[in-house]
Amino acid sequence: MDVQTWTYLLVGLTFALYIGIAIWAKASSTGEFYVAGKGVPALANGMATAADWMSAASFISMAGLISFMGYDGSVYLMGWTGGYVLLALLLAPYLRKFGKFTVPDFVGDRYYSRTARLVALICAIFVSFTYVCGQMRGVGVVFSRFLSVEIEMGVVIGMAIVFFYAVLGGMKGITYTQVAQYCVLIFAFMVPAIFISMMMTGNPVPQLGFGAQVTGEEVYLLDKLDGLSEEFGFSTYTDGSKPMIDIFFITMALMVGTAGLPHVIIRFYTVKKVSAARVSAFWALLFIAILYTTAPAVAVFARANLLESIPDKPYAEAPGWIKSWEDAGLIAWVDKNEDGKIQYAKGPVYRTDDEFTKLEYKEGERGMSGERLIQNTPTDGKNELYVDRDIMVLANPEIANLPNWVVALVAAGGLAAALSTAAGLLLVISTSVAHDLVKRSFMPGLSDKKELLIARCAAGVAVVIAGWFGINPPGFVAEVVAFAFGLAASSFFPVIILGIFSKRMNREGAISGMVVGIVFTAAYIIYFKFPQLIELIGLPTKENVKENWWFGISPEGIGTLGMIFNFVVAFIVSALTPKPPKDVVEMIEGIRKPEAEGEELVVADH
Amino acid sequence: MSEPSSSSNSEYWRANLKWVGILMSIWFIVSYGCGILFVEELNKIRIGGFKLGFWFAQQGSIYVFVLLIAVYVRVMNKLDHKYSEKKDS
Repeated sequence: MDVQTWTYLLVGLTFALYIGIAIWAKASSTGEFYVAGKGVPALANGMATAADWMSAASFISMAGLISFMGYDGSVYLMGWTGGYVLLALLLAPYLRKFGKFTVPDFVGDRYYSRTARLVALICAIFVSFTYVCGQMRGVGVVFSRFLSVEIEMGVVIGMAIVFFYAVLGGMKGITYTQVAQYCVLIFAFMVPAIFISMMMTGNPVPQLGFGAQVTGEEVYLLDKLDGLSEEFGFSTYTDGSKPMIDIFFITMALMVGTAGLPHVIIRFYTVKKVSAARVSAFWALLFIAILYTTAPAVAVFARANLLESIPDKPYAEAPGWIKSWEDAGLIAWVDKNEDGKIQYAKGPVYRTDDEFTKLEYKEGERGMSGERLIQNTPTDGKNELYVDRDIMVLANPEIANLPNWVVALVAAGGLAAALSTAAGLLLVISTSVAHDLVKRSFMPGLSDKKELLIARCAAGVAVVIAGWFGINPPGFVAEVVAFAFGLAASSFFPVIILGIFSKRMNREGAISGMVVGIVFTAAYIIYFKFPQLIELIGLPTKENVKENWWFGISPEGIGTLGMIFNFVVAFIVSALTPKPPKDVVEMIEGIRKPEAEGEELVVADH
Repeated sequence: MSEPSSSSNSEYWRANLKWVGILMSIWFIVSYGCGILFVEELNKIRIGGFKLGFWFAQQGSIYVFVLLIAVYVRVMNKLDHKYSEKKDS
């Protein structure tokens, strides 16, 4: 069978499975809709959390990013796993003990303030939307490459599926679908990784394979890759090129941001006991770690393969995947010296600072060797090959000549990763709107049935908006993701930590800390990432380069500094203002108590 | 069931904080210490094909994270058990 038939078969089967689970796990109350009736076993919850967390970015983009960044890519590996230690030790058990549905709930009650609740709510919705757009885009990429349907059609199909099980099943449906999706995505990620590791090093365990010797040669794979990188003018793979302080701050911002992301935190409300919340954090990280320790290996395999097989090869003899991904619009080759061979070196292929900001092809025009021509102006640099980082994982099975069903499996895995995360985020949005905004802030007398209806409508509207962004992706998605982590790090995280670990922290301290953290972080990111906005208000701008950054900290890492400011301001202001009321202090003591034997937390009264 | 004395609760809390402190220190040393701040020194040591600092940044720190949570789960279950027994007596 060819790749396309396999893909239709596997994607069809997995989609049928997801829908079947959604029908079986239909939610009938708000408790089931928001937090699955708090009756999910820890192991299943851990798996669901892992699928929720590992998005299209983790599955499709991360290994590719690392393979182009080398050591610098460690910021993602450590940042997106280390946050779970913070979650498990500092946040999840206490939030679970507190026993309400959402982060804004906690912030609002702990700081006895509707303003604080609203600020937390706006942050939660903003962060979730940012993320959802990226997922829908991922769905579109997979569909357009593997099923040869238009990106638009792919997004619509993805929307329909998510709509069906998120709106119908709520958290209960999503949780059990995510368990299935985790199995699909981890299988799809590991199978090609194991195959390629075997081929390149003879070791079936990718985590060990990328530190082993190349098959048939007396040289370690990583040393060979370092050599190849230098030969073509790239920085040494295992050394990286970012300044240390920037690596430090980005890693911290990603870790703290992860711990503060609402769609991750809400997962810990779905288990019955506090001890189960801790255990499911363990399972979640274990399941995540399987993919996250494999990704750097995949990155090395892909990079070594690329550097070995492509440079100085005539285009006519280039492997088939080069052409198929060129057709999908993710590879471009410009024959600058007209020798018909692919020269690959450091530096951009084409300029992006003139009328084009991204790659644009000349529709239907082919060059001398049959390559697609592009409209962009080529640079003077030697590099002729543009490779989109996103394709490294998707193309890997083709690059390594694996059987067709493996290629199809990767497509199904990418879809599972994107859909599971999208569904989790949609749920946060609908919970935020129905529970925090409508019920808790404006209509306290709302009946459970009506609230459930509003939650379903909100999820429906959110799907449509996310789909629209998936079809018309704003060029700034990548920039906005830095925003999401920075905001979560500089706002949620300090406020929740202080709420649990300091009895003295009061409303005034928390709100002023959050405001300072967010304003500082947002201002810094906007200044460097969205200079158009700065020009609009008539201020001078500076280029987004190392030399202009504060202490050499990039906008991606600035959330860490925002977090520090948040802590400092919160302490100073709270020391100068009245203590929190007595019932709040009692509440804090309540969440710090040991869990009684056999104690089960009931679904909170709402 | 009588309310547990507040002194037993604060003992539990202090024990919890002690463990959180220990585990978070390891968390910091492994990721920020071995993976970032001292990566160049550690890279001079090699284990198989890996430079040690690079290995910590892309592999080792993640394994340690998983272990840290496992230890915390065990410790807290024991503490919960110990302090909730007092509650019933």
